[in-house]
Amino acid sequence: MTIQSCPLPRPATDRILLAHGGGGRLTNHLIESVFVSAFSNSALEPLHDGAVLSANGGRLAMTTDTYVVQPLVFPGGTIGDLAVNGTVNDLAMCGARPLALSAGFVLEEGLSMDTLRSIVASMAKAARVAKVPIVTGDTKVVDKGKGDGLFVNTAGIGVVIAPKLVGPESVCPGDAVLVSGDLGSHGTAILSVRNGLEFEGEVKSDTASLWPAVEALFEAGVEVHCLRDLTRGGLSSALNEIASLARLRITVEEVRIPVCAPVRGACELLGLDPLYVANEGRFVAFVPEREADHALELMRSQTASAGAVRAGTVHEDSSGIVTLRTRVGGHRVLDMLSGEQLPRIC
Amino acid sequence: MKFLDEYRDYSAVQQMAQAIRRSATRPWTLMEVCGGQTHTIVKTGLQDLLPAEITLVHGPGCPVCVTPLEMIDRAVAVAKRSEVILCSFGDMLRVPGSTQSLFDAKALGGDVRIVYSPLDALQLARSNPTREVVFFAVGFETTAPANAMAVWEAKREKVVNFSMLVSHVLVPPAMEAILSSPDCRVQAFLAAGHVCMVMGYEEYLPISQKFNVPIVVTGFEPLDLLEGVQMAVAQLESGRAEVKNQYARAVRRSGNRPAQERIAEVFEVTRRAWRGIGEIPSSGLRLREAYRSFDAEVRFPIEIGQAHESRECIAGLVLQGQRKPKECPAFGTRCTPDTPLGAPMVSSEGACAAYFHFGRRKEDDDSIVSIATARN
Repeated sequence: MTIQSCPLPRPATDRILLAHGGGGRLTNHLIESVFVSAFSNSALEPLHDGAVLSANGGRLAMTTDTYVVQPLVFPGGTIGDLAVNGTVNDLAMCGARPLALSAGFVLEEGLSMDTLRSIVASMAKAARVAKVPIVTGDTKVVDKGKGDGLFVNTAGIGVVIAPKLVGPESVCPGDAVLVSGDLGSHGTAILSVRNGLEFEGEVKSDTASLWPAVEALFEAGVEVHCLRDLTRGGLSSALNEIASLARLRITVEEVRIPVCAPVRGACELLGLDPLYVANEGRFVAFVPEREADHALELMRSQTASAGAVRAGTVHEDSSGIVTLRTRVGGHRVLDMLSGEQLPRIC
Repeated sequence: MKFLDEYRDYSAVQQMAQAIRRSATRPWTLMEVCGGQTHTIVKTGLQDLLPAEITLVHGPGCPVCVTPLEMIDRAVAVAKRSEVILCSFGDMLRVPGSTQSLFDAKALGGDVRIVYSPLDALQLARSNPTREVVFFAVGFETTAPANAMAVWEAKREKVVNFSMLVSHVLVPPAMEAILSSPDCRVQAFLAAGHVCMVMGYEEYLPISQKFNVPIVVTGFEPLDLLEGVQMAVAQLESGRAEVKNQYARAVRRSGNRPAQERIAEVFEVTRRAWRGIGEIPSSGLRLREAYRSFDAEVRFPIEIGQAHESRECIAGLVLQGQRKPKECPAFGTRCTPDTPLGAPMVSSEGACAAYFHFGRRKEDDDSIVSIATARN
C-alpha cells in the first residue's frame, strides 16, 4: 500500500468565515488581531463583557451587543428579549446595576409590521422586568435581500456597585466555580426550530435578566471575584477565557453540571456537546471557598439561578487550562471550541 | 436517558475496567476501527482506566479523514457553480482540499448547506426546481443505505435536479490492508458497531481466520468500548482469534437485509483512493449504470488538477494505527484544528483533533497538562 501524505491548506484567515462569529478560537483571533490592535486602550484591553470607566469619582460600565438570530421568534423568547437581557447581563457581569439602554434597528425592506411590533413589545416587556429604560435609539432600512429581516443592536450603561474589580484577574487558587443552572437550553431551542426537530418536553430558551441574581450576591456582601455569562461557546469557552487570563487551572466535574433531559437528548441526536452550546440566562461565578455555600444559597433564591450548583475549583497552575473529570472517572482537557460546533457524520 | 445512561454508569464502567486489569497479563495493541469510538475514548478519558498493558490505536473509520483530496477539490468546484446548492454533513465543510475547504467556497459565495440526512437534500431539490442540488455522499456502510434511498427516491419521483457526489468507502478491505502491512501493530480489532448494524459481521469471519486476529463488534458508549476491549483481551490471552459481537443490542449476524438490498440496488463496488492511505481495490461504492444520471461527477465534468501534498503530515500512518497523533512533529504546533495540515485534525472523529481537544498526559497524580497547550 502506498503512503500518501495530506495537503497543506491555506490558513483560512484572509476572509471572514461564519466560524469567526462562533465564540471560539477564531473569534478570539479576530478580536485580537483586527480590533484590539486598532482600537488599543486601557479600558478595552481587559476584554471583559463591558468596559469599566471612571466618572466623577464613580465607576460606570458600558457595553454593546448586536443580535442576528434566526428565527426571530423561538420557543421561550424573541430576538427582542435577547437584545435587552443580553446587554443587561453584560453589565451585570461587570458588577454593574443597569442604568439605561439604547436600541438600534436594521430593518429589511418587506419585514412585516406585525413582526416588528411584536418584537418591540417583547423588548419593552424585558426592559420593564429588568427595570431598565430604553432611552435612545436608531432605525435604518436596507434593501430586500441585504438583511435577515431584522438585526438589533443594544448598548447599555450601568453603575458599578462591586466594591472590587470583578474579572479573571481577581480569580484566586482555591476559588469555587458556581454555575447558575442547567446548560444548553437556548442553543438547543434555536437549533431544534431551525432543523424542524421536536423533542419530548419542549426545549425553551433560558433568556433572562441575570441582574437580580448578581445583585443578591453583592447586596449580601459576597466577595465575588469573577462573573461571566455563558453565551456563545457555552461554559467551556467562558472557563477557558478565564483560566487563560488568570493563568490558573480550573477543574470541573461532569456529573455536577446540570443538563436537562430534552437538551441532552437533542445534543446526542445533533452530535453537539452541551458544554459548548450557547445560553442566554446562565452565568458562572467565582467566589472564595469559604463563601461558596452562602453564594449558592443566595443564587438559588432567585428565579433565573434557582438551579445553581458548585461545578468545580480553581487550582494554582499557570497552564491556564480547564480539565474535566468525566462521568466515568476519566480526565480530559476541556478545550476552547475551534470554529463552529459541527454535527458529526455518524 | 434510556440506552445511554446505563452504558455511562460510573460503577459499571469501573467494574469492567477492573476486569480488564485482572485479565491482561501481557502487552496488547488493539485498534478501534471507527472514529466515533475514538471520539468516545478520548472524550470520556477512557484510557485513564485501562492498564498499561493495553494500547489502543485509532483506525481509519473517520469518513471525513479518508475522503480523497481530489474529491474535496471537486466538491469545492461544484459548490462554486451559481446554479448549485451543495449539501453535506457538517464536519465535511471544514476539511481542507488542496487550496480550499467547502467553508471557503461558502465564504466566496457558494451555496453550501449542512444537512442531517440525504433525504433533506432531496427535499431541497424538490422545493428548488430551478437549482441543481448536489449531495456530497461520504462515509462508510453506515451512511450508504440512506444515500442509496435518496437516489432511489429521486429516480422514482424523477427529481432531475438532484445528484450525488459519491465518495463511499467500505471497512473490511481497509482492515485487510492494515493487516497486510509489514509494519502492522494491530493484534485485535474493535469493529465499528454501526457499520455492522447495516452489514452484519459475517464478512469479518474470513479476515479473522486469515490473519489470526480477534475481531469484536463494539458499540460506542464507554461501557461498550471497555467490554469490547475485555472480549478482545480474553481472546488474545487464551490464544483464540474469533469474531464476537459485543453490540448485540443493535447488531445481528446478518445485519439489516432491506438496507443491504437498497445499497446493492443503487451502488456497486469499485476501487477507491483513501486519503492518507492510498488506493485500495474493491474498497468503495459508486452509482450503478442505471443511476449514473444522478452522478454529480457525470453531470458536472470538471477537470481537477494534481493535488499538492504536504510532506510533513503523517495522517496515513495515524489512520493505519502505526503512529499516535502526538508522535507527529507538527502536532499542536504547525498543525492545529484552526490550521490543519491533514484531515484527522479537522473532524471531531479524527484522531488528531480528538487528541488536540481532549488529549492530556498525567505529569503526576494531581496535575494534568494539555498536549495542545504545550506549544505555549
